[in-house]
Order: sequence, then C-alpha cells, then structure tokens
Amino acid sequence: MKLHEYQARDILARYGVPVTGGGVATTPAEARAIAEQIGGRVVVKAQVFVGGRGKAGGVKLADTPEQAEQVASQILGMNIKGLTVEKVLVAEAITYERELYLGAIMDRSLRRIVMMASAEGGVEIEEVAKTNPQAIVKVAAHPMLGLLDFQARDLAYGIGLTDAKQARQFAQIAMALYRAYMDVDASLAEINPLVVRADGSLQALDSKIVLDDSGLFRHPDLEAMRDASDEPEAEQRAREAGISYIKLDGNIGCMVNGAGLAMATMDVIKLYGGEPANFLDIGGGAGKEKVKTALQIILSDPNVKAVMVNIFGGITRVDEVAKGIVAALSEVKTDVPMIARLVGTNEEEGRRILAESALIPAATLAEAAEKAVQAARSR
Amino acid sequence: MSILVDKNTRLLVQGITGREGEFHTRQMIAYGTNVVAGVTPGRGGQTAIDGKVPVFNTVAEAVKQTGANVSVIYVPAAFAPDAMREAAAAGIPLIVCITEGIPANDMVATYAFIRECGARLIGPNCPGLLTPGQAKVGIIPGNIAAPGPVGVVSRSGTLTYEAVDALTRIGLGQTTIVGIGGDPIIGTSFVDVLEMFQADPETEAIVLIGEIGGAAEIDAAKYIQAHVTKPVVSFIAGQTAPPGKRMGHAGAIITGGEGTAQEKIAALEAVGVRVARLPTDIAQLVKESL
Repeated sequence: MKLHEYQARDILARYGVPVTGGGVATTPAEARAIAEQIGGRVVVKAQVFVGGRGKAGGVKLADTPEQAEQVASQILGMNIKGLTVEKVLVAEAITYERELYLGAIMDRSLRRIVMMASAEGGVEIEEVAKTNPQAIVKVAAHPMLGLLDFQARDLAYGIGLTDAKQARQFAQIAMALYRAYMDVDASLAEINPLVVRADGSLQALDSKIVLDDSGLFRHPDLEAMRDASDEPEAEQRAREAGISYIKLDGNIGCMVNGAGLAMATMDVIKLYGGEPANFLDIGGGAGKEKVKTALQIILSDPNVKAVMVNIFGGITRVDEVAKGIVAALSEVKTDVPMIARLVGTNEEEGRRILAESALIPAATLAEAAEKAVQAARSR
Repeated sequence: MSILVDKNTRLLVQGITGREGEFHTRQMIAYGTNVVAGVTPGRGGQTAIDGKVPVFNTVAEAVKQTGANVSVIYVPAAFAPDAMREAAAAGIPLIVCITEGIPANDMVATYAFIRECGARLIGPNCPGLLTPGQAKVGIIPGNIAAPGPVGVVSRSGTLTYEAVDALTRIGLGQTTIVGIGGDPIIGTSFVDVLEMFQADPETEAIVLIGEIGGAAEIDAAKYIQAHVTKPVVSFIAGQTAPPGKRMGHAGAIITGGEGTAQEKIAALEAVGVRVARLPTDIAQLVKESL
C-alpha cells in the first residue's frame, strides 16, 4: 500500500527526520491558512500516486498566502495522468545548495534491508543506478542488530560528506529512516531529495513510503490512511473479497486458481494473439460465493468480450469448482462467451457438470486460449 | 533416491489442530507420510487426527518424545515466524512453512536465526515438498505425481501441479517436487535446489518454474552454466504482467524495470535451458531432452 508524501513525511517527522513545516489542504482556503501560518514563501504540491508531478504542473511556488490560495485552486481538481488531485501539501519553500538521496529497501538476494545513499539526489534512484551506479553507496543492515551506527556513518562518508557535523546529521537521519521502515513494516522508504542548505544542515524535501501489505494486519492506524482513489473500484471489491484481481487493458477476462497459473494464463492468451483483460486468482478451495464474486468483477469491465476459466484441481476438486461456476452463472446473467478448461482431480465429473451449462469446454490450455481469442474477435 | 524428504521422514505438524493443519495432515497421512507429532501450544497431552497423532505444547518436547526430523508449519501469518524459530531452536534440520502473508521484514531476522541454528527453511508461502511414493510434506496433491527421474522446483503452486500432472501423463515421474515459495524472502533458493538435484543420482532432468520479480532465476542461470550438467527445462510466468503491480504472490512484482519475465527467459536460454512457451509444453521438452 502506497502512502502519500504528506503521510510519509508525518511518519518520518516522528522519528526525528527534519522535514519542512506545513500541512495538508483539501481546499484553497485551507491552503491559504497554512501558508499564513508558515509565513513567507511556500510550495504547494499535489498529493497523487504518480511520478512527475512537477512536470505535470502539480507543484508550484507561492510568495504570499493569496498566491498560495490561487495556485492551490489551480492544482486541486487537476488531472495528473488520470488521477484527480484531491489534496495538496503546503510546505515551507526553502533554498538549498545540493540534493542527496537516502533510501531503505529489501534486498531479496541478500535477505536483508539495504540502505542506499547517493550524492545525486532529486532524480529517481533507478535512473542513477543505470547511468552512474558508482554514485550509489549501499550498506546491508544486520538481520538481528539492525542498522549499526558505523554503517550509517559509512553511508555519509561514502557519498563524500566530509564535514563532521553534517556527516553526523546524515547518519542520524539514516538511523531514523531505518527505524521508521522497520516499525511501519515498509517495503520501501526514501527521502529524495534530502537537501543540503547554505548553512550545511540537511532537510528532507520529499519522502515516500510503500507499506508491505502483509504487515498491515498489525497497523490499523496505517490501514486507516489508505487512499483507494487510484485503485479501480473492481480491484477494491476484489481485495475486500479476498480475491487477487488486477485490471489490464485487453478484452479476455480470466478466472484462474493460483497466482502463477493466473499469470501463465494471461501469457498464453497473448501467445495466441489475444489480450488479457485482467489477472485474477480465486485462491485455493474457492466455493460458489467466491466464484460468483470473481465472475461479477470480471464482467464489470465493459471491455471484456470473452472469459477464459482455467482451473487446475489439486486438493480442490474440479467437480466442486464446476458446481460453483454453474451456480454462479445461474445468478450472474451474461451473454459473454465463456470458455472453460478444467483439469485435475475429478475432471471427468467436472466436465459433465459443465456440459449442461452454457460454457464452452476446452481440453487443453492451448485450445482454451484459441477459443477465447476467437470468441473475443467475433464480437 | 530423492532430495529433502523420503521414507525416513518423521514429520511434525505445527498448527495440527487448526483447520488447514488438520485437513492437510489427513492428506499427508493418507499419502503414507509418517506423521509422528503435532504441536499446538496449550493442547499438549491431547491427540489429533482421530487419536492417531500425539499433540505437544512445544517443538522441543515433540522432538524429544518422537524423534521428529522435519516440521511443516500451517499456523497463521502473525505466529508463523515464531513457529519457524521454535522448530529451528529445537534442532529440527528441515522446516517447511506453508503460511502465506508473513510480513517480509519479519523474515529477515527469522531467516538469519534459522541459519544460525543450522536448519534449512523451505518457503514461506509455498506448497511444500513431495517425493512421490514416499512422503508428502505440505499441500501438493499426491494423486498427480508418480515416481520417476525428473526433479521439479518452482515458486508457484498450481502452475507446478500443471507441470507435474503433464509429466506424469506422458510417463515421466518425479524424484522430488519442491515448492520454494512466492514471497520476497524465502529460505531455500533455486540455486540451493539445483545443487541438490545435480547431486542426486536418480534425478536425470530438472524442471525450473519461475515468475516475475527478483533475480532468483538469473542467479539460477549463472549456477546452471557453472555447475549443472543435467538438462534443465523452464517456464517463466508473467510475460504480460504490468510493472509495479503485485501479481498475487508478494514477491511477483516488477520494480524499477527489473525482474521481468523477458530478462529471465533470455538469461536461461543463454545458458542452454529450454524455456517452454506453454506450461503444458514443459513435459514434452523434458521428454525430448532425456
């Protein structure tokens, strides 16, 4: 789950990361009030889950509270890459000399949390990794002791901070970022840019936190911060029903059991010249209700011209799934052609049950994909 | 022969009195697995599975009383890291964690602790292990497998069953089927299992089923080039997966343009691995390479 910049910065501030003063506004009047409180120059930043806000006109400076109100009225309601801006962060605008980068991320191969720092801040770290990888300094936190003070200092010296006071402050911020990362169960936490001011002090200008969905069960306060505005309604509904669903741009809906098989099914559709409309994993042992909800979600996408059902019954018996599909179809009325391939435990019985329904049977994965692509084309 | 589990496996089930644990323990026993003990804190002294399996409060007690040498874990995500640590501390050398949804950061210290105890972890978020005709540890359906010369290792569940089912149907049985799990941090990697299959005299060919996210398949390709002489057939799921979206498995996500199916397929093909276009084609490719 992604957090907005203002949410991430509030969390980091609690850990002692120096962030700029300010607050979040949903109306131009609120933006003006915050600007008045700050006094002086402010920056008004759109709070949306997309990169490149600045280039899209979603970040603007204002010299007076009146100007802040004015730019906030321009930014609020603005559409950035398909997302409507509903909130702006109004923060003190500061001058600075250099931009640095500091981030915490999981390194899957090392099986450790890695802290990354770079003297080239303000650009995406992936970009730096491609163009100038030696500019990035990394340390892996100890799996049990966590990030150690000397490692945090190594980061500071590694990116060329030679002033003792500045290096110390950088190390403190690194320790704070690591603690915040662990405490909130993040999968990514970064400060970019972390700027160097004229007096040598450091300040976090933009921050980003992505939470590990698996950790949310112990953070109801963070779950409450969820902004589902960038999540399509169908994905939200699926999440609440315990179904993994991701909407894609194609026209062949897929209903599959198992994440790996669901991905493979999309790939096979593509291989046969079609385009998958979604990823959908109904999970193990899915009963009638879940199958029904899954079908409703797939069909809620108006692009869907055919549905391919691909079930491999292991411990889940195929005849049980078939019964679920038939029962679901009796309640979800549709004229979208549905192709079903059911293999595994009790498959003969499963096929017999489906033969009495409107589903088009397919014996193999290839045949199912071919039939689905044909069906979608002829509509 | 086989790897990891066999007739000599003395299995302990952590979470045996839970719904999942009980259901799958029945399946494992029906398959012929030697389930010697169960652990559920607070239920020590009772029995489970119609009186067939003694239940203990702690793993240490279960090991002492029954000589359990493999543990399989079916406890909820919030308690699974502790269950893994308890098994490792009790001296169980092989721990298989089926549980899905464990916070990834919890696995950092847990993995380090398990290694420190000298144990091997399979999973979490995996279907477990199956040595056809000998032992089933986890949730892989036993009826689709048969003994034979093919070693199977995979990050996925049902996709593996597809491949195994197709292998069995064309007459190619399996030495051992290993589901390593779909989470970002897992105890045993492709490379670890490749090493075991390469060393196992009965394994004549290896099937490796990967997916988007991370670099485990790239590491596997490097290892195959340097150390594996047996034919390897692969399938990588997620060629059509959009970047930045988690495809069901917590670990199946393309981040910063890295971990795509395309780069993994290219890396594997470059070292002579035959990569199937359809998961159901895997069996035919294995047949051709034997």
